[in-house]
Amino acid sequence: MKRFFGWMPGIASAMAQGPWGGKSDGPDGNDGQGRDGDGKGSDGPRNPWTQPGRPGAKGPSAIEELLRRSKESFGQGGGGFGNLPPRPSGKALWPAAIGILVVLWLVLTCFHRVGPQERGVVTLLGKYSRTLSPGISLTLPAPLENVTTVDVEEIRTIDIGSTRAESENLVLTGDQNIIDLAYSVRWNIRSPELYLFQLSDPDSSVREVAESAMRSVVASVSLEDALGAGRTEIEQQVEQRMQEILDGYRSGIRVQGVAIKQADPPTAVNDAFKAVSAAQQTAQTYLNEARAAAQQVTAKAQGEAAAFDKVYEQYKLAPDVTRRRMYYETMEGVLSNVDKTIVEGGNVTPYLPLPELRRRAQGGAPQGSATVEGQ
Amino acid sequence: MQSLVRHPVALALLAIAALLLVGSTIAIVPETKQGVIVRFGDPKKIINRYRPNEDFGKTGAGVILRWPFIDQIVWIDKRVLSVEMERQQVLSTDQLRLQVDAFARYRIVDPLRMYIAAGSEERVSDALRPILGSALRNELGKRPFAALLSPERGQVMDNIEAGLNRVARQYGAQIVDVRIKRADLPDGAPLESAFTRMRTAREQEALTIRAQGAKQAQIIRAEADANAARIYSDSFGKDAQFYDFYRAMQAYRYTFAPDRQGSTAMVLSRDNDFLKQFQGR
Repeated sequence: MKRFFGWMPGIASAMAQGPWGGKSDGPDGNDGQGRDGDGKGSDGPRNPWTQPGRPGAKGPSAIEELLRRSKESFGQGGGGFGNLPPRPSGKALWPAAIGILVVLWLVLTCFHRVGPQERGVVTLLGKYSRTLSPGISLTLPAPLENVTTVDVEEIRTIDIGSTRAESENLVLTGDQNIIDLAYSVRWNIRSPELYLFQLSDPDSSVREVAESAMRSVVASVSLEDALGAGRTEIEQQVEQRMQEILDGYRSGIRVQGVAIKQADPPTAVNDAFKAVSAAQQTAQTYLNEARAAAQQVTAKAQGEAAAFDKVYEQYKLAPDVTRRRMYYETMEGVLSNVDKTIVEGGNVTPYLPLPELRRRAQGGAPQGSATVEGQ
Repeated sequence: MQSLVRHPVALALLAIAALLLVGSTIAIVPETKQGVIVRFGDPKKIINRYRPNEDFGKTGAGVILRWPFIDQIVWIDKRVLSVEMERQQVLSTDQLRLQVDAFARYRIVDPLRMYIAAGSEERVSDALRPILGSALRNELGKRPFAALLSPERGQVMDNIEAGLNRVARQYGAQIVDVRIKRADLPDGAPLESAFTRMRTAREQEALTIRAQGAKQAQIIRAEADANAARIYSDSFGKDAQFYDFYRAMQAYRYTFAPDRQGSTAMVLSRDNDFLKQFQGR
């Protein structure tokens, strides 16, 4: 760290001054790799290529000449590999550009912004060093320390099966029936280090574990429970089982919840299930009708009994009179509406003018004749 | 020194050479990997080997030194790996077929052994896959169909895991977990017959429900009738003779009511009780 920041003033002065000086033998020339070249350069042996004094004379130097010319073509002769030392006062753009790059590199790789929902896992040369809390944190520059930010708050959702009809996720229940199940699993990351370092493929692991847990739980309940009543319990059991398995992997994952979105009989047998609910409705209808009729019958009985009781009460007070009164009143009512023929008793043969009566009865309505005999 | 600086190409070449040297001397071991250092094909050392329950940061990860160009490092995943089995058809003891998907999770605990025996994680997976399949078939084939659906499944899994672990150990791997992902009836006849069974069961249920409903309704009606009869007899039974008279009067009124259909003609005898007073007797 110290060493890297130690560069900073040097770079600053380079930017300000321009002259790169004969001393700093351009480790920045190759950026990050420079720090290795640094040590090398000081005690490096004299190169076989370096003996010719001026460039441009021999084979390998031709390249340099080319380079120099191309450099001179822009930037008013500044820069150029070979030209640096002899022109201490020249306006060199190169060091400045490199300096900016270095600063950029440091800024981009040393400062880390960790959002409120995130944690930053820092590895120092591959080795886990610490976990950054939200906020701005400082680390060593890139090749030394690496930061992987992991969103620990975000609830991830995995959907298994779908509520659409065309794709069915058939699951066997404990009583060997089959249901079409769609559910979703919500999870987040409890421990970013474990999440990053423990499982080779945590996301698909969650999915597989969910499927396995759901199927084993459903395989232990009956069709009835799976279709309705037992749903909440299934959800809880799956959640618990998933958490156990994932903890077994030390996955650093927390299962937040399992929600069964749909638990239906498969399409192939859906009609039969509908027939059952239709039958339930029908049975309920039968019962309702019967109850209504029963109410009616009972009420009628109660009414009639009450009426009789009332009359009987009066009748008992004066039986003969009441009886006659009732008789006359009834006869009055009855006989006032009918055609009457009174026949002299004894030896007179009664003549019943039936054809005539029939004619009088209009519209062919059923008609009858009655003889009211006294008691 | 001067001349070196004057010749940047040389400098660059030197730097590259130095970099190569450093790069092949220093190796960075990440937390997720373990490795075997191999010198001319001879495995010398294991780095960052998996140990259960170790804390990250205290493992062997980090920077290590090796002999450049001589030592090679074979990287092996340290994490939990997964091997998925292809769908297997399993025949249970009661001759029912079941389509089974399973997966196993394992981790390399002995990188050296794994390097010698398999060479790469992939080959370990390839070796475990058929064994997982056959272990599953054997184990499930010993049981009746219903057992596969029952909680006994846990026992099945343990047996498979034990069997698989024996093989895995030969590859320096350790099975973490074996699970049946799916157990389905195969498409076609078995699935169809299961559907038919479900359908007929529902139809039976529907009929039963309807019949039960009708039965209940009938009972309710009968109870109401009985109740009514009791009410009538309680009331009318007090005086049967008067009831006869009273009810007759009601019946006459009802029968000969003016809004009844049809007209009525009556032929009355002089002896009629109603006409008793007619005769002035």
